[in-house]
Amino acid sequence: MTDATTAPRVRPPASVVGPWAWLRANLFKSWLSTATTLVLVYLIGRGLLGLIDWGFVNAVWGVPYNAQGVPDTASCHAAKGQGACWAIIADKYRLILFGRFPFDEQWRPAVAVVLFIALYVFSAIKGVWRKGIDSPLLRTAAAIAVVTVLATNVVGWLGGILGLPTVLGDILHLIDIVARYASGVLLLFVWPAIGVWVVVLSAIFVLMAGGVYGLSPVAVDSWGGLPITLILATFGLAFAFPLSILVALGRRSTQMPAVKMICVLYVELIRGVPLISVLFMASVMFPLFMPPGVNVDKLLRAQIAVILFAAAYLAEVVRGGLQALPKGQAEAADALGMTYWQKTGLIVLPQALRLVIPPLVNTFIGFFKDTSLVLIIGLFDLLTMGKIALSDPPWQAFPTEVYIVLALIYISFCFAMSKYSRGLERELNQARGR
Amino acid sequence: MRWNGAGALALMAGLAVSLGFAQPATAQGSGSATLDAAKTRAQILCGISGQVPGFSLPDSQGVMRGLDADTCRAIAAAAVGDATKVKFVPTTTQNRFTALQSGEVDLLSRTTTWTLGREGNLGLLFAWVNYYDGTGFLVKKSSGVDSAKKMDGATICVQPGTSTELAIADFYRVNKMKFTPILIQDLPELQGAFLSGRCDAYSTDASALATFRFSQGPKAADLVLLPEIISKEPLGVMVRKGDDKWFDIVRWTFIALITAEEKGVTAANVDSMLTSTDPDIRRLLGVDGDLGKALGLDNKWAYNVIKQVGNFGEMWDRNITPMGVPRSINNLWTKGGLQYAPPMR
Repeated sequence: MTDATTAPRVRPPASVVGPWAWLRANLFKSWLSTATTLVLVYLIGRGLLGLIDWGFVNAVWGVPYNAQGVPDTASCHAAKGQGACWAIIADKYRLILFGRFPFDEQWRPAVAVVLFIALYVFSAIKGVWRKGIDSPLLRTAAAIAVVTVLATNVVGWLGGILGLPTVLGDILHLIDIVARYASGVLLLFVWPAIGVWVVVLSAIFVLMAGGVYGLSPVAVDSWGGLPITLILATFGLAFAFPLSILVALGRRSTQMPAVKMICVLYVELIRGVPLISVLFMASVMFPLFMPPGVNVDKLLRAQIAVILFAAAYLAEVVRGGLQALPKGQAEAADALGMTYWQKTGLIVLPQALRLVIPPLVNTFIGFFKDTSLVLIIGLFDLLTMGKIALSDPPWQAFPTEVYIVLALIYISFCFAMSKYSRGLERELNQARGR
Repeated sequence: MRWNGAGALALMAGLAVSLGFAQPATAQGSGSATLDAAKTRAQILCGISGQVPGFSLPDSQGVMRGLDADTCRAIAAAAVGDATKVKFVPTTTQNRFTALQSGEVDLLSRTTTWTLGREGNLGLLFAWVNYYDGTGFLVKKSSGVDSAKKMDGATICVQPGTSTELAIADFYRVNKMKFTPILIQDLPELQGAFLSGRCDAYSTDASALATFRFSQGPKAADLVLLPEIISKEPLGVMVRKGDDKWFDIVRWTFIALITAEEKGVTAANVDSMLTSTDPDIRRLLGVDGDLGKALGLDNKWAYNVIKQVGNFGEMWDRNITPMGVPRSINNLWTKGGLQYAPPMR
């Protein structure tokens, strides 16, 4: 076409662009920079080679067992310092991941963990959080079903304490089950993502606890490992986040001083005590207040403590977002004649929350790891199961291997969370990022 | 939470009590509320540690193993006739007594030392001692020391704030010797300091020393546990005060385990022992007499315990021997130990 009038396209010389140029410009610019590069390459290379030697080449992958099933760890002891003893992981991985869950039934916590991860992946897909069928009738029905489930459970629990007649209990139970199915199905239509959460979390609970559909019942005391960590973190944050928004709104309320005071008191009290003391209250003091013979499940107590604690911290993060929003936004909404909830739900929160994604995720990740504190009330989460696996005398000398594996599990969950939040930020802040 | 939660709870509990709903389970049948409750749910609730090797620790299959765990199984075999009907409730050093007081567990079998304070102040009763422990010393074989009395001027690795620290100080004062303590809080750090030679001896409960020595694998032969045990730590099984029948069941189940060892009744030979002519064995296994009835149990209670769990010696061999701990004072009184069973008649 216009070949005759343009100069031939020539690639820039390799000394200006391309990997070689980049290396020259960044790593070998001067003799000082060259020397630093060489020294660092040597050190990193040696470290990596050492790690490969330790972790793979010289590692012990299995040990012999005697007739009583006691491992003979002599080969591991011999390799100590030069090679990793992965035999401990081979021996203990099921104990670390699933705790004291009956051995033959451990496919159940395994499926539960897969369901949890699937739920996280599902929630991260773009657009799944849109609302479903917009029908006031369905919405009302779903709300009634959810409230019925909550009510039957509270009444049933109180009934257990007060000794209601069993016939009444059976009726309550029947209503409860019908309402559960109804709320799951209705929510799937009204707000699909929430429906999926309710259905999947119920499935996880049924898998873990058993007692229905031919699954043998497993007491909560036998649960342990990764499922406990995921249950505490997922339920904890799923309930704490909505609660925290209400508390943050309440704390900024100008029309309702009583609500404001309760919110301030709640946040300041919870922030004023360590998580351990809240867990300790739930585990040691709570049973003493209850009439004899009434036991609220230990996991539930810990779960409520985690929710209350996380909500107080998240509320302050959310409040930070609310403070940062220019007043004009709310005033504009008022000028349009919006109600308080329309204004909050459509104008204020969407902007405020996207501002505070980094600190929100920061708190989420912090709480994911804080769940390991439940050790002090006798619940055995992932980290504690690792420690228990290490208490076994033949394996006591090999803690490094176990802690590396635990760290990898924690890192993969926390990194996924932070990666997702960065993507979310980019997407939501496209308008600002120009 | 401290105010909101506790206040609301106290209010609720107060309401329940004032309205008269919270009635303690009334005793019928056996005369023991705890036993009746255990029979109704066909399970006993047993508080354990779940973290101490040799006493209670889940194995690779997640099954609770150890002397404390087997003690729970023995009580279950006696009370509800099936050693597998135990719900193991892991407790911590902080919440163990609350768990027992509040009824979260029926008994506590959790390496807990029997002291006057605990029995006098906490409303708890010690039924029997299942392990006589005490503070000991571990030294390197190369040091040539074979007695704690020869350790004048030694440096000793010990955890700060423990009863061990106190016991060593007392021991050295009484024997008019000097020592230098090296105090390290973190246990692996402390053990590392001992192995690397920063101190001449490592001191804590003898059972823990033996387990640590055992965990060193081939290097265990380089370490020597000195014969002196310088303090008393009788570890026992506890129940709540106020249910004497249940206390009897727990105590006499343990005595039955020891009696069975004295008489050579094991899990393997208990069936053939049913035809024994020894009157003690016949009473123990419920062939003659009504010992079980006296406890509110089936007359076959001790038979069930021995058949399903074995005698005390078998429990020991199964759980403690693999840790490399010698029987010594935990042996039967006839073999120079402290386990002495009152007569079962």
